[in-house]
Amino acid sequence: MSTDYLTPVLTGRTLLRANPLSKLFAAVAITLALLVSIDWVSAAVVLACELALMPLLGISVWGLARRIWPLLIAAAVGAYGTALLAEKSGGVLVDAGPFLFTEGSVASGIAVGLRSLALALPGIFVLLTTDPTDLADALAQKLHLPHRFVLGGLASLRLVGLLVEQWQSLGLARHARGIGSDGSLVARTRNLLGQSFGLIVQAIRRATRLATAMEARGFGGDTRTWARESTFSGLDVVVAVVGLLIAVGAVTAAVLAGTWNFILS
Amino acid sequence: MHVSARGWGWRHAGRKAFAARHLDLDIQAGERVLLLGASGAGKSTVLHALAGVLGSSDEGEQEGELLLDGAHPATVRGRAGLVLQDPETQVVLARVGDEVAFAAENLAVPRDEIWQRVERALDDVGLDLPLDHPTTALSGGQKQRLALAAVLAMEPGLLLLDEPTANLDPDGVLEVRDAVVRVLERTGATLVVVEHRVAVWADVVDRVIVLDAGGGVLADGAPATVLVQEATRTRLAEAGVWVPDWQPAVGGPTPGAGGEVLLSAPDITVARTKRGPTAVGPLDLTVHAAHALSITGPNGAGKSTAALTLGGLLRPRAGSVEASPSLAGSAGADPFRWRSSQLVQRIGTVFQEPEHQFLTASVSAELEFGPRRVGAAVNPGRTAELAERLRLTHLLGANPFTLSGGEKRRLSVATMLATAPRILILDEPTFGQDALTWAELVTLLRELIDDGVAVLSVTHDAEFIEALGGATLHVSGGAGRLVSP
Amino acid sequence: MASSTALKGTFAQTNQWRVVDIVVASVIAVAVGVLFFAWSAGYSGISLLTAAFPPLAGLYSGGWLIAGVLGGLIIRKPGAAVYCEVLAAAVSALIGTQFGILVLVSGLIQGLGAELVFLLFLYRKWNLPVALLAGLVAGLALAISENIMYNALWTIEFKVLYTVFAAISGIVIAGLLSWLAMRGLAKTGVLSSFAAGRTADV
Ligand SMILES: Nc1ncnc2c1ncn2[C@@H]1O[C@H](COP(=O)(O)OP(=O)(O)OP(=O)(O)O)[C@@H](O)[C@H]1O
Ligand SMILES: Nc1ncnc2c1ncn2[C@@H]1O[C@H](COP(=O)(O)OP(=O)(O)OP(=O)(O)O)[C@@H](O)[C@H]1O
Ligand SMILES: [Mg+2]
Ligand SMILES: [Mg+2]
Repeated sequence: MSTDYLTPVLTGRTLLRANPLSKLFAAVAITLALLVSIDWVSAAVVLACELALMPLLGISVWGLARRIWPLLIAAAVGAYGTALLAEKSGGVLVDAGPFLFTEGSVASGIAVGLRSLALALPGIFVLLTTDPTDLADALAQKLHLPHRFVLGGLASLRLVGLLVEQWQSLGLARHARGIGSDGSLVARTRNLLGQSFGLIVQAIRRATRLATAMEARGFGGDTRTWARESTFSGLDVVVAVVGLLIAVGAVTAAVLAGTWNFILS
Repeated sequence: MHVSARGWGWRHAGRKAFAARHLDLDIQAGERVLLLGASGAGKSTVLHALAGVLGSSDEGEQEGELLLDGAHPATVRGRAGLVLQDPETQVVLARVGDEVAFAAENLAVPRDEIWQRVERALDDVGLDLPLDHPTTALSGGQKQRLALAAVLAMEPGLLLLDEPTANLDPDGVLEVRDAVVRVLERTGATLVVVEHRVAVWADVVDRVIVLDAGGGVLADGAPATVLVQEATRTRLAEAGVWVPDWQPAVGGPTPGAGGEVLLSAPDITVARTKRGPTAVGPLDLTVHAAHALSITGPNGAGKSTAALTLGGLLRPRAGSVEASPSLAGSAGADPFRWRSSQLVQRIGTVFQEPEHQFLTASVSAELEFGPRRVGAAVNPGRTAELAERLRLTHLLGANPFTLSGGEKRRLSVATMLATAPRILILDEPTFGQDALTWAELVTLLRELIDDGVAVLSVTHDAEFIEALGGATLHVSGGAGRLVSP
Repeated sequence: MASSTALKGTFAQTNQWRVVDIVVASVIAVAVGVLFFAWSAGYSGISLLTAAFPPLAGLYSGGWLIAGVLGGLIIRKPGAAVYCEVLAAAVSALIGTQFGILVLVSGLIQGLGAELVFLLFLYRKWNLPVALLAGLVAGLALAISENIMYNALWTIEFKVLYTVFAAISGIVIAGLLSWLAMRGLAKTGVLSSFAAGRTADV
């Protein structure tokens, strides 16, 4: 695993300038629309909008594909599972003993598959277009979350990214001390587990020391100022409105098509 | 800022002995103090206390009192700025500008002023980088400077520096020192700096305080008195202080001409990662039995990378490392392909960062780990001797990660000596050592060389190179040059 | 002189978060968040295996509960379980999981499950039964929220079975494993700034 999962090269130039909160707002609006109903129309509308927005956001197809391939499998499997377990309504499509698929259950399966893809994308889009430092600035200055926690979280995000990078040097150091990745599969697995544990131990150790370094620089008091101001601009209005439009559009389309299916009903 | 200590002492939780004790001191505002003492004497502990970061009563026991301008240090945290011993572990944020601004933000400095301070601090330490430069992409020397700038932006009344130039190349040492002096001249802050190599700071401080490892103060006064008068000089030298113009006596036989070739690497080019940039090369390296080979050069020149490659830990980008039949035995000629159990018997590599290699929860287990791994019976005599000579005996039950900087370094070297490989590769083996532990380490290595072991070291320490003899390779700007015998 | 027998003694219990609590809690959470990402990817494979009988996937769900239980056991401050679980969830959402930012909701609910147990013991007891109980309650919280948010279309018997499996998984994976991990970490001495590293018998 490489660090660029945690701090990827930011691709979305335009969206990079928007305030992270407006992006989060849009993502939340879309997610809520998806959450309240499991049906294929609303999921398909959202997914189509998301894919259409990709070039605008400056997100490359390749970069996205590298991240979401496990999600594609997950979506397919989720769809299959639901088709198998959902209420059987409509005409029978397949009937092989316990494996009974009907029109109704297959439609439910497709809805679940599309929905899980549509759900996954907003979070990834936010990450790919947001600098973690900007996000922390916004959370503390605009949402007024407690700054000690926001900055502690930010520092640890960086630390873990660094440590994942250090995986290799940790392996070398262990090899030099005589515990290496040779031998049988069992020995290799044990070494892998040992090394992972070593990495976590090192992460906590570094965190303890980092806390000292932060306190040595006056961190931990009640008041603090911010070197960079988190601001909203016209772009943020656009981002928020587009998010809302997608959400409302999806719900409206589903209701009009008659597929709207509230999760608590 | 005025410092006063009255019978002050601190015992870390989990230790029976006090790290520092019976300290009675007054440091006037604006004074510049060089704090000396043997490795493990408690220097870092004192600096942590002054910065107010030693922790609460859970983390240790305090006696007496220590006050900054009459207040407890933890209540005026931020007035004193501390640069920790290890620059690597104190970077908080991702961008250079934010990192330097961090402390000023914590002190609630208005926004406009923060950026003025950032510019000035970066300028002071001579770090000429864009504000959004990533903090990960910095060399060792640049990281030291960044850590210093981050503290300078606090405009502290008391500047605390813990070995700020360990691991720097000789040019870097002077640059960092000059940056500190410039800032002190402008702000008039009080300075307490810890450093083993006295010569660098002797001219710019106006007071030297030497901590006694057993508690209290061994000497206190102007450098011209403490470091020059015969009476104090010998007393300090006996306690392990590097007094100027004096060399600790090293034992062991004078290294000879060297024996058979154990490892040869004609024309290798080395790199950290498979696809990343090359670090240095082509180099022509030969490791002889009973001989020392030292690699020197500026920070970031690729010394550590070359050492790791020779140690069979990295694959060379071009060329190959070849072990002689007498070294390889049944294992094949390419050390990179050896299993770890084969490697550890033949080549012992000590990393630049000691903590990376600690595997157990006590010093004694750490020393016994290697021999056990090799399958040899643990020779209690040898481990006890190593611990004794490297002054670790009183720490055998301690957790390796709680040791002082110098103690960690000695332990990591000792773990490799315990497995008795035929080639020893040491990355900066002497940093953080006082004169006594330094001399003991050098003596040990000279004895090993005499026994036929090949010692390859990466170091900035000229006295160390001279004491081990052998060949020296200077690398810089991507190329290597043999500069001796 | 062997100078380092671990000092056992009273550990002054304050409920205030220190800086070191915040940073270490965050690091644990982010690390587990990366693990969640891998765990979610693995879920795709597992759900292939359990496709014949999807409620079995409940047995896998304990992995998502580790952050809260482990964070609570190590930090021992009010809110630690919720904070760690939510932050871990946020990290995995940003890296990309099939649950998107909805995992924040799941994280909050699951974290509250574990937190409730620690609160019940007034943040005083941190032994194995408490850890197992925290895992169990977190597992129940997970099952209820999953049944509403993702398994809404399943029939009721399947939902009940899923709940049972999730509870078992919570006890074993989140409860037992977290407790063992806490003990293992304490043994290395890395938790020496925490009550968890002092009172543990190492
Ligand atoms: N966190 C800790 N827990 C327990 N013991 C500690 C801790 N830190 C330091 N010590 C011990 O306290 C003593 C003094 O350590 P300190 O780091 O202050 O020494 P130092 O003078 O800075 O040494 P060096 O020159 O090697 O850096 C040492 O014996 C060390 O092992
Ligand atoms: N873990 C790493 N991953 C990638 N690149 C690295 C890593 N460590 C060092 N480098 C880079 O490789 C180059 C050579 O580094 P190396 O550590 O060999 O230098 P060095 O000569 O040992 O320096 P120093 O005296 O500061 O220890 C440097 O440019 C450095 O930035
Ligand atoms: Mg020290
Ligand atoms: Mg190096």
